[in-house]
Amino acid sequence: MRQCAAVTVTIALRHIKKRFGSQVALDDVSLELGRGERVALVGENGAGKSSLMNVLYGLYGADAGEVAIDGKKVRLRTPADALAHGIGMVHQHFTLVGPLTVAENVVLGREPTKAGLLDLPRAKAEVAATCARFGFVLDVNARVDTLSVGSQQKVEIVKALHRGVSTLILDEPTAVLTPQEADELFAVTRRLSDEGLTVVLISHKLREVLSFATRIAVLRRGKKVAEVTPEESTQASLAALMVGEREAPAAPPASTPGDVVVALAHGACGKLKDVSLEVRAGEVLGIAGVDGNGQRELAAVLTGLSRLDGGTLHLLGSPQPSLTPRAARRLGVAHIPEDRLHHAVVTDFTVAENVALGRQHQAPFAKGPRIDFEGRLSRTTSLLEAHDVRPRAPSLRLGALSGGNQQKLVVARELDANPKLLVAVQPTRGLDLAAVDAVRSRLLDFRAQGGAVVLVSLDLEEVLALSDRVVVLYEGRVTGEFTRGEFDERLIGERMLGVRDA
Amino acid sequence: MLLALLSSVLDAAPAVVFAAVGATLSERAGVVNVGVEGMMRAGAFGAAAAALVMPTPLGVLVGVAAGALVAALHAWLCIQGRSDQVVSGMAINLVMLAFGQFLLEAAFSSPAGTPAITQLPKWFGHSPLTWLAIVLPFVVHLAVTRTPWGLRLRAVGEKPQAVAAMGVRVTRLRFGAVVLSGAFAGLGGAQLSTAVLDHFESHMPSGLGFMAVAAMVFGRWTPLGAAGAALFFAFGDALRISLASSAPGLLEVVPQGVLLALPYALTLLVLSLQRRGAARAPAALGQPYDPELR
Repeated sequence: MRQCAAVTVTIALRHIKKRFGSQVALDDVSLELGRGERVALVGENGAGKSSLMNVLYGLYGADAGEVAIDGKKVRLRTPADALAHGIGMVHQHFTLVGPLTVAENVVLGREPTKAGLLDLPRAKAEVAATCARFGFVLDVNARVDTLSVGSQQKVEIVKALHRGVSTLILDEPTAVLTPQEADELFAVTRRLSDEGLTVVLISHKLREVLSFATRIAVLRRGKKVAEVTPEESTQASLAALMVGEREAPAAPPASTPGDVVVALAHGACGKLKDVSLEVRAGEVLGIAGVDGNGQRELAAVLTGLSRLDGGTLHLLGSPQPSLTPRAARRLGVAHIPEDRLHHAVVTDFTVAENVALGRQHQAPFAKGPRIDFEGRLSRTTSLLEAHDVRPRAPSLRLGALSGGNQQKLVVARELDANPKLLVAVQPTRGLDLAAVDAVRSRLLDFRAQGGAVVLVSLDLEEVLALSDRVVVLYEGRVTGEFTRGEFDERLIGERMLGVRDA
Repeated sequence: MLLALLSSVLDAAPAVVFAAVGATLSERAGVVNVGVEGMMRAGAFGAAAAALVMPTPLGVLVGVAAGALVAALHAWLCIQGRSDQVVSGMAINLVMLAFGQFLLEAAFSSPAGTPAITQLPKWFGHSPLTWLAIVLPFVVHLAVTRTPWGLRLRAVGEKPQAVAAMGVRVTRLRFGAVVLSGAFAGLGGAQLSTAVLDHFESHMPSGLGFMAVAAMVFGRWTPLGAAGAALFFAFGDALRISLASSAPGLLEVVPQGVLLALPYALTLLVLSLQRRGAARAPAALGQPYDPELR
């Protein structure tokens, strides 16, 4: 089945260069794709993986270099050009129209017509036929926004296959899937590639890359630094290639839990139906679950952003029937919200102003009713240094910082208030590996100093790497609880899907 | 009285119907159009001015073109220039308000209005545009719900990235929808100056464009809903005229200003009664499309 040595090259990207302003996204990258190959692109955020594929898909114009298909040079200036050459792409953020049906989404752009009118019955029949041919189970009449994330991704793939593509690019396809959905996705794409489909997989998850790809290209800072086979690679060797020189984070040492910091009994709030849990000082409680099963509401309840509809909440031993965000902060609750740009920072403010946010009325940020500019500056300077936020420029507009540095600043600010409890929601989403490590080690430092952490993440690997205990939420209820040592990814995955003991 | 009321609805409604149905096209494509008032004004002036030198039906076409031209400016600012769409629309209203007055005084040296033109002929007691206003919403409804173009239009207002990824040009699709929207508004304006009256008046369309935008929202961004809402608002307008003419004694009790405000008050009342959240705007409404941002 595998054909690594002598594949026929069908698509060749040659010496591709692409700049965004002063930033070099791709620097002389060449890549060849053979028929039926499964090529994985790995690299840190900003290494150029997505940029390279967006060039191939006609979304970005390359500044230099060329693309050849079957030995002939082609111009791919729009996605329409790429589709015409049989190249399809499934984006990390889906490009589906929520209020339209599956069939309408799939035929969009090439609709069957009868007498000038949309021929919906034929569209449905054609899409159903495509689904059947490739083994996808989808209701073509369903509105896309009523489908699960896994099904929406199938719609994306069906969209490409319906166009008759011979090359399929998958950009971070499993970021939002459960392990089961991810397995299913890889099983299907593997079968398709055995039938001759060329698949390009962009992924951060080295384990799935190693098990799925027939060839792995490693990008680092816009350059292709290596091309390897999975047989000759390990996760560690790939990670080393991706980042150059870097140590893998050590597993957290065993924790010694102290007093109960959070006690939630039968908590209910919106999608949160009935959740009881406890978090103690000096431990990380991970919340695992598929997006939208009550995690967001749980974080909102703990930080005072939402009021409980039912159940009771105790923080540090005292009941909190009507917690407000301000009261929560005073009690020592810190919050790293899921959406940094909307809920944690003001990008048009300076770094120092952002550090003062939430504590602008306290020393050292204020003296009486006035802003204490000097106090703010010196505190910010020391925080930037302690948390390695770059550049060390307190008066720079925050929006000028990279996402990783913005997040490091948020973490620095939240921990600077000496909290007892840290509620961290997706704290490393979208960060590059270096920043991920920095944020994770800050969480573990905080825990080592006796802090309690509630970690909500859709990335199961992250939850398992950091947590002392894991609670699984499904449809607003706890469907499983695991302590370190009994972590079982398959079992947790089943609980995330609501599968109970047989 | 009732028959007279109905008859005056048939005269008053088409302008708002055309403009409201047109506005749905722009907004379903994702471009906010509060410039309807200015586009109607361009249509009203263009039609009346052109009808002085050519047959009135041709003048109406000039009005349609004038509305489309102003809309093209809005489209260019919003789509190519990525300006704030509400600001662009309001700017167009203000500019057209002043520009119309300027042209009146420069070309006709009369601040009140253009000289009289031959009105559009009457078919069965009403102008042909009245009958067109009854048919057109259904045609547009069909186009939006049952044609490939309509599917793309609905999709581009919800998620332009999806349309682009399927190989359809987002900018072209949106530009077309906004220009078409302006053509409809221009037709509405032309109806005012060539069918309701027989000249352009300096205050035209005196808020009917805003009423059309309200009708579009009340009609939940659907052509048939917008047309229905426009009809309802026109009823308020007709009621005012009918009250004033059939019961002149009323004017001694109720100040004229209150009567004049009737249709607008009705618009406000209805919008405030509408269940909150019932009207869902297209998801990407007001957001410029940037292909390198996803």
